[in-house]
Formats: sequence, C-alpha cells, structure tokens
Amino acid sequence: MVIPSEEARLVSAAKAGDGEAFTALVKATQADVYTLAYRLTGNPDDARDVAQEAYLRAFRSLKRFRGDARFSTWMYRITANCASTHLSRRSKGRHEELSDDDNVLDERPESDPEIMAEARALRDRVTAALADLPPILRAVVILRDVYDLPHDAIASELGITESAAKVRLHRARRKLRERLFPMPGEEKARAV
Amino acid sequence: MRSSRFFGSGGVSCDDVADALPAIVDGLEVAELEVQRHVAACLRCQAELVQYRKVLRTLHQLRTEVLEPAPGLLPDILAAIGAAGERRAIHDLLNGRRVAYVGGIAAATAAGAAGAILASRARRRVHLAS
Repeated sequence: MVIPSEEARLVSAAKAGDGEAFTALVKATQADVYTLAYRLTGNPDDARDVAQEAYLRAFRSLKRFRGDARFSTWMYRITANCASTHLSRRSKGRHEELSDDDNVLDERPESDPEIMAEARALRDRVTAALADLPPILRAVVILRDVYDLPHDAIASELGITESAAKVRLHRARRKLRERLFPMPGEEKARAV
Repeated sequence: MRSSRFFGSGGVSCDDVADALPAIVDGLEVAELEVQRHVAACLRCQAELVQYRKVLRTLHQLRTEVLEPAPGLLPDILAAIGAAGERRAIHDLLNGRRVAYVGGIAAATAAGAAGAILASRARRRVHLAS
C-alpha cells in the first residue's frame, strides 16, 4: 500500500499520461482489488476478469477522478460496479463457495495464539456464510461492512436506490447472524 | 422462527425489535425509544444484539485479509491497459490527422478564394486603365 501523498503524486502523474505511474498504482492496489472482486464473485476466474475490467475502466476514466477519496476507494467502487455487471451477465443461480486452499495473507499483528485461532475460526465461518448469501445481499454487506463504502456509493455502483441498499444490508446482516449464531428456535426453523 | 412473545418491558415485542437490530448494530441509526427500552430490559434481545456486534466486528476484520492473486494477473492487467493505451493513441492520432486534413482543406479553400478576389480586382484595374 502506498502512502496517501505518494498516491496523490502517482495519480497526478498518471493523469498527465505517465504510464509508469499508473503501473505503480496498479501494483499497489491489485491484491486489494482482486480480493474484493473475489469476495463479490466467489470465484477466482471471475475475480480475475472483474479486476482486469476494473483497471481498464479506471485507466479510461482516470481524468474524471477528482481525488476526493483515496485511489483505492475509487477502485473499490469501480470493482463493485464491474462485479455487479459481471454477475448479472452470468446465469442466475450459479454460486460457488470460496475454496479453502486459497492463499490468505493475514496482515494483523501477532497476538495470543489461542485468541488468534478462535478469531481465525470465526472469520472462516463468516467467509463461508458470506459465500452462501445470494449475490445481491452479499455485495451490499461486503461493500458496507467490510470495505466501509457509504450507502450512496453502494447504491450508485449497484444501480439501486439508497433505501434498497439499506434494506439489503439489514437482510444480509440478519441472515449472517442467523447462520452464525442462531437463537433458540431458529436452528429448528432452518432445518425444516 | 422466534415467537411473538413479549419479553422485557414496553409495548413492543421481541419480533419488532428483531427487525430493528440489524439496522442499529453499527450505531449509525438510532432505535426508537420503545425499542431501546425493550432491549435494555430484555436479555434475549441483548444477547441477539451482542451476536450482531460479533458478526459486524468479524466482517470489519476481513478487511485486513488480502488474497494473493495468481501471478499472471498483473501482466494481464498491464497488457490490457497497454493495448487500450495504444488504441487510444491511434485514435488520438487519427483524430489529430483528421483535424489537420480538414484544416488544410479549409486553408486551401480560403487561399483560393482570396487569390480569385485579388485576381479579379487586378483584372478590373487593368480594364479601367485601358
């Protein structure tokens, strides 16, 4: 990840036509963009296509990037939009789970191994639960609760209203909570 | 499914509160006073809110996890951008040539017209002198 001032310099240079600067921005953000694409699509091949398309769109519209937000945040928005388009093109109902053998880098600082293991287990369960959500719910909860995008940005990139984005977010949170921590009575109801 | 029974106090049921919990868990939306009162007095809804907070905290933590993309991704992205950049350069070049071509025709037309006017005036002067 590049520091904001360096990022601003690279963006400015890239806007002026410096290809090396744009390449540096791609290198600095590609893992993050790929991760978001993977979380949204649930599939490495789709994630790859979405990431590539997102950078192409960014390259073509770089002059319109005003720099109000971080370049990475701008890329998240473009990636969300590309993933939404990509998923809507795909046949409905296709839904793969995230595989366990993907190389996940944990950048968190070291702490108590037992707590780390517990947290790791919960993150794995959350990741699996996210993968099982319908794509329209998954996109909203990932963009809001993982990547902290505002509701209006999410609505804009997914082509829905802000209130629809909020409704989907609340439904997604509820489904995740019911799946991960079922309250008494909910487990039976899910099994029926 | 949960029952519609009333726990805690106030006029709202646990079911009513259950609908509000996913919205208020991040603290960005404030629950109605009745809901707040119910949660304050209802252990079941408090437990459910705690579970929501745990889910939300874990989702936030996912932000720090970065998947390592396949090694071919970066070259593919750069190649696609390179191709798009070349297409744009060719497009710009063609547009530039088109502008120059149209400009050249316009300049030649203007020069021709000016030449014709001058020649006509010169002929008129010669005609008057004779």
